[in-house]
Amino acid sequence: MIKNKFFLFLLLLLPTLGRAELTLEVVGGAAQQIPIAVVPFSSQAGSTQLSQDNISNVIGADLRLSGLFRVLETRGVSSQPHTLSEVKYSDWTAIQAQALTIGSLESLPGNRLKVSFRLLDVLKQNQLLAMEFNITPAQQRATAHRIADMIYEKLTGEKGVFATRITYVNKENGRYSLQVADADGFNPQTVVSSKEPLISPSWSPDGTKLAYVSFEKKKPVIFVQSLVSGQRIVLANFKGNNSAPAWSPDGTKLAIVLTYSANSQIYVINADGTGLQQVSFSNGIDTEPEWSPDGSSIYFTSNRGGGPQIYRMPAAGGEAKRVTFEGSYNVSPHLSTDGKLLTFIKQTSTGFKVAVQDLATGQVQTLSDTSQDESPSFAPNGRMILYATNVGGRGSLAAVSVDGRVKQRLKDTGGDVREPSWGTSQN
Amino acid sequence: MKKSLLMSVLLAATLAACSNNAVKEKPAAPVVESSKSSQTSQPSAPAKEETASTASAVQTEVSVNPLKDPNNILSKRSIYFDFDKDEVKAEFRPLVEAHAKYLVANPNAKVIFQGSADNRGSREYNLSLGQRRSVAVKKAVNVLGAQDKQIETVSYGEEKAKDCKDETCYQQDRRVDIVYENE
Repeated sequence: MIKNKFFLFLLLLLPTLGRAELTLEVVGGAAQQIPIAVVPFSSQAGSTQLSQDNISNVIGADLRLSGLFRVLETRGVSSQPHTLSEVKYSDWTAIQAQALTIGSLESLPGNRLKVSFRLLDVLKQNQLLAMEFNITPAQQRATAHRIADMIYEKLTGEKGVFATRITYVNKENGRYSLQVADADGFNPQTVVSSKEPLISPSWSPDGTKLAYVSFEKKKPVIFVQSLVSGQRIVLANFKGNNSAPAWSPDGTKLAIVLTYSANSQIYVINADGTGLQQVSFSNGIDTEPEWSPDGSSIYFTSNRGGGPQIYRMPAAGGEAKRVTFEGSYNVSPHLSTDGKLLTFIKQTSTGFKVAVQDLATGQVQTLSDTSQDESPSFAPNGRMILYATNVGGRGSLAAVSVDGRVKQRLKDTGGDVREPSWGTSQN
Repeated sequence: MKKSLLMSVLLAATLAACSNNAVKEKPAAPVVESSKSSQTSQPSAPAKEETASTASAVQTEVSVNPLKDPNNILSKRSIYFDFDKDEVKAEFRPLVEAHAKYLVANPNAKVIFQGSADNRGSREYNLSLGQRRSVAVKKAVNVLGAQDKQIETVSYGEEKAKDCKDETCYQQDRRVDIVYENE
């Protein structure tokens, strides 16, 4: 409580540090949304939590944001159950809920909390999930995200991504800051800030490090920074530009882009900065490397055939095969974790848009209704694509589902937000 | 960029004024800049400026500096490109040739070609594109005799681009700026 208030106070004091939280809102939704009731958790802890941090509110907001759920108003319902014996199923069938979440919060000795929750099938009148957590007060939001993930997985059959994190660059008052936040935009932490541009943050597979490009030395140099200790190393500072870092799936290597030979080419380097090896050899631009999930191939952008298109080559180097064929400008390849879908930015007659290609069939679908899109990346479950766009002359974040039905966008924060990348689960 | 150029001209003019007229601590007013330059039009020494940081070297540079003479083509410093292209267009040949000649005639002169792109598409691709553009200008002056050691190339990609909405604005951002050392 005190901590929360203090944090809010800090927010008011330090807007220049770019710690303003990002608030996402959802536009549209799946064709069939699951109607779910989330009853406010009882609190014997005498908790006076801020409403936005209330566990049941966070669960409801997560499910709503996914676009796959219709979160029902529960205030008018006469019964407000917290335990299984208090549940009157007829109250919930009356408001057409298919699923019901109840729970409670209890104080434990040593300033800890016990969070109990249950997920119930209203139609079958049975219990789908029951779980207890023993947490510190500071872990309430994280626990709410974990519960939302469990509900999501139980009811949709897919893994949830509410407990994952995103990174992005916020430009405000002439300063760039690389930030990491929860997937819903809360808890932003500044990783590094600089007067010069920061671009291309890339998550290590275990989510403990970020590689990024900083212009602080007046030219692009690649750094790798630990999110645990805050320590960073220069990964690549060779003659010319050093940019576009991408981790190999096993986390031991990175593909990077150097202009060592005047032209942007792809190299592979060990995560400690040793063992540099050139893997692409062309007379055109080769950039934006992206590993296939099995580590065998590298997808990348190249203009070797004229305009920029996406190609694939063996990770150790070798013959490249063209992957995108529709349109004259396709850039920024990113793969879903199952390796089946490719997202990228495609220039269309109405602007630069997020597109997705089924790698098996080659079928391409343009997903976004925005027009200056950049930097798409998949959520770990492959359902949503996070990207940067431009709203009212400022950079903003948005997300779209792979079927194009669910669209999330960032509420205006006053900052200029760009270069997002969706990371893995919180540790 | 423009601002720092002006600042260095002012600074040079101030230094020139100080050393030449032996006037102590006289603040240089911007309006006297051109008259000071003409006063010092006779170089005190033909020596090439090995150490450009000394007052006399700067003074020499200022007094004969064709790079800053608005009537000289060398004062033009930007080469513009088509979307997603790195070819130097024919209309910029005279500009490229003039700078190549200057570099050949002044083997100690050093220059940076700063490539940029408009803000559409990918930041990384635009970083590479800006680099290609700066390298294209480098190759053009190399062919005319300028040496590698005189030339540095750098790319800002789209990082310095304006927030554009139309082609007139976009084309301003697709360019290579020519910046000489100590400017």
